[in-house]
Amino acid sequence: MSELALHAIDLVTLAMDFDAGASPERVVADLSTFAARQVPERPTGEYERVARWVLENLINVGSADRGFRAVYGLTGADGHYERRDFDFKLLEEVPGADGDIYLRASNEAVNVLVGALEIDIESAQIAADIRLETLIRRGRLSDAQAAAQAARYRTIQYGEMLRQRLEATSRDVRSVDWLTSMPDFIAEALEHIEARYKAENAILVNITDVRDTADTPLRKQQAAALVEIVRDCLRRHEQLQAGLQNAGRRFRAEQDRQTFAPQPARADIDLHAQLLQPVLALPVHDADGVLSTFFTREAGLTIPLALRLVDLFTALVTPPIERELLGGEIEEPELSDEPEPPAFPDECYDYLDGLLDLDPEAPRRLSGLLEEARELHPELPLLLVVRVLALAAQEIGPARRHGAESVLIAVDDGTVLEDDEFAGTDLLVARAVLVPPQELEEHSHMGGARADDPRLSLPSMRERGAA
Amino acid sequence: MSGTETTADANRLLAFGLRPKMVPSRDEEYRRLVQRFRTDDEFAAVTAAAANGLGLVILEVTERTGIVAASLDDSVFAVRMGEYARRTGGEGKAHERVLHALAHLGAATLAFPRPADLADDSYLGRVTVEGVEAFVREAANRVAEKAVEEGEITDPSSGRPGLEAVWRVYVRRARTGATGDKRKLYSSTTGIVGKALTFLADQGLLVRTGDDRGGTYRTTPRYRAQVREAGALMFGELLELGITEVTDGTGSLAVEWAPEDVTRL
Repeated sequence: MSELALHAIDLVTLAMDFDAGASPERVVADLSTFAARQVPERPTGEYERVARWVLENLINVGSADRGFRAVYGLTGADGHYERRDFDFKLLEEVPGADGDIYLRASNEAVNVLVGALEIDIESAQIAADIRLETLIRRGRLSDAQAAAQAARYRTIQYGEMLRQRLEATSRDVRSVDWLTSMPDFIAEALEHIEARYKAENAILVNITDVRDTADTPLRKQQAAALVEIVRDCLRRHEQLQAGLQNAGRRFRAEQDRQTFAPQPARADIDLHAQLLQPVLALPVHDADGVLSTFFTREAGLTIPLALRLVDLFTALVTPPIERELLGGEIEEPELSDEPEPPAFPDECYDYLDGLLDLDPEAPRRLSGLLEEARELHPELPLLLVVRVLALAAQEIGPARRHGAESVLIAVDDGTVLEDDEFAGTDLLVARAVLVPPQELEEHSHMGGARADDPRLSLPSMRERGAA
Repeated sequence: MSGTETTADANRLLAFGLRPKMVPSRDEEYRRLVQRFRTDDEFAAVTAAAANGLGLVILEVTERTGIVAASLDDSVFAVRMGEYARRTGGEGKAHERVLHALAHLGAATLAFPRPADLADDSYLGRVTVEGVEAFVREAANRVAEKAVEEGEITDPSSGRPGLEAVWRVYVRRARTGATGDKRKLYSSTTGIVGKALTFLADQGLLVRTGDDRGGTYRTTPRYRAQVREAGALMFGELLELGITEVTDGTGSLAVEWAPEDVTRL
């Protein structure tokens, strides 16, 4: 069991990085396989149960703090013997960025591992301790791995510090000392990266060599794992370096942004320095009263219920309102299919057809057509203008495809329309005869040219009063 | 207006104060009463007297917040720490009470990190459950480091739990935890902070704005008024214990580092 426990701590420690920790499910899975190697030929479910049991005991599920407490005695300076509590955790559950729970090994647990690795096997008695044997047997490769991993932690630590400082800078430039300590920090971080970069590239060359020339599969596997770790280290160094390079630029941008921000004029109690910090240092006994004072005022009011027995009785005897599961019936809306009434009287359309039945040889001006329309019907001029405007955009190709004999076209030749109701260009309205395709070459000169004429597009007609 | 009507109006205003989610800008009657309180001295005096009779004290009456009233210690309206801690599943012991109150104090501190924020009527703070948890934990760790530097033996005496320092209680408690049925552990610090913020949101003091990082909340003007009052009172009590210090109001929360921080890396 203790061997399993050590293995569990080892698993968690190796999976730890600064973003998250080890996922409990994976640790349980890995631990089960280890248990299976330890005691083969047992049902699979048992391995998992064992793994979970070990994990839960390392976390100490069941205690309020999820930790351990050891009591030790100490003789103080005045010769007085006192018993004291030492609280520690081995595996901690921490929230990950995605809201899940991850496992991390505490400093105490890592100390146990590091201590185990650094022990000289020949001389130390503890080396005989079977619990640690498996760990030590992993040999020299582990040392390199530990060193690389420590460097990776430091890189992550640098990155974390840099991120904090940059965030603080974006809140208030003055909160971070950019005069001396920030440049020092950046220089130091860059030095660290440079040193690690050299060292790890050397390691990488060496272990890649080991991996390729290893004679046992186990050693090959170990070396391959180490290559991965070192590659990851190098990747993280590069990340940090990119961050460092951007730091100066970000500072200058924030400085520009904040130069003109107004200074807060008034101040109140400093909650952090004057309340939080002192109270954290207080003994529980004193803090209890002080914090209760804060809480009572800060938490707002509780509204006690003033109950009248009659109301309670009424509420109790009132039958609950029953609701139909599917709600009320939905009535079908009645829709009629009446056609939309035409915008103009019917006779107008007849007049219009007559008006526009032009002789292909004799185009007419819009003004003339309008004059005639006014005599026929009061609403006809507007209809005429609408139709003529639509014609100006008519396409000749489709009309020919549909076998029409002729198409109406309206041409803008620059003459201004002088009319009481409408303003714009006095268009030339004409009926162009469409010539069948085979005769196109000789005859369609007129139609084709006009279709391409840009002035055939919608002319700048403006309606006055009729809109 | 007759005396009876004035009294009725005063109590109506107080009744609005008992519904923290109502604001004058949403209710014509409320707005009228607030305006009357601010312009009619006699009405204000009657309201204050009525509040006093109920065991309340009026902290602020503005268009923005409405009437903000806090309870006196022995009032029926007071939220008692013991009850709160019990209601949230704690055992109601001193250690539990302290943890719950710390969560509230931490939330207030993170919501108003600079002294000027607390004085600024228009300031809106934003807090998250994970943010508050990490913040209090970091503050506790700092106090711990200081204690170790000063050579104190920080391990508490067995058998005298009342003398244990508050930061120890907080640091010792698990941050989060899984329970068998996939829920989060309520007695963890994250659980306690989450409870605190949910409670404040129910009280109309915070407004939930999202689910990021365990739950994101923004403050209301009413919360600022309550925190200011609570902070002042607590400061008074700390002064009586001779603990706290007077600062120059520039704020102490800043990210700074000394050369030793760099060497420690």
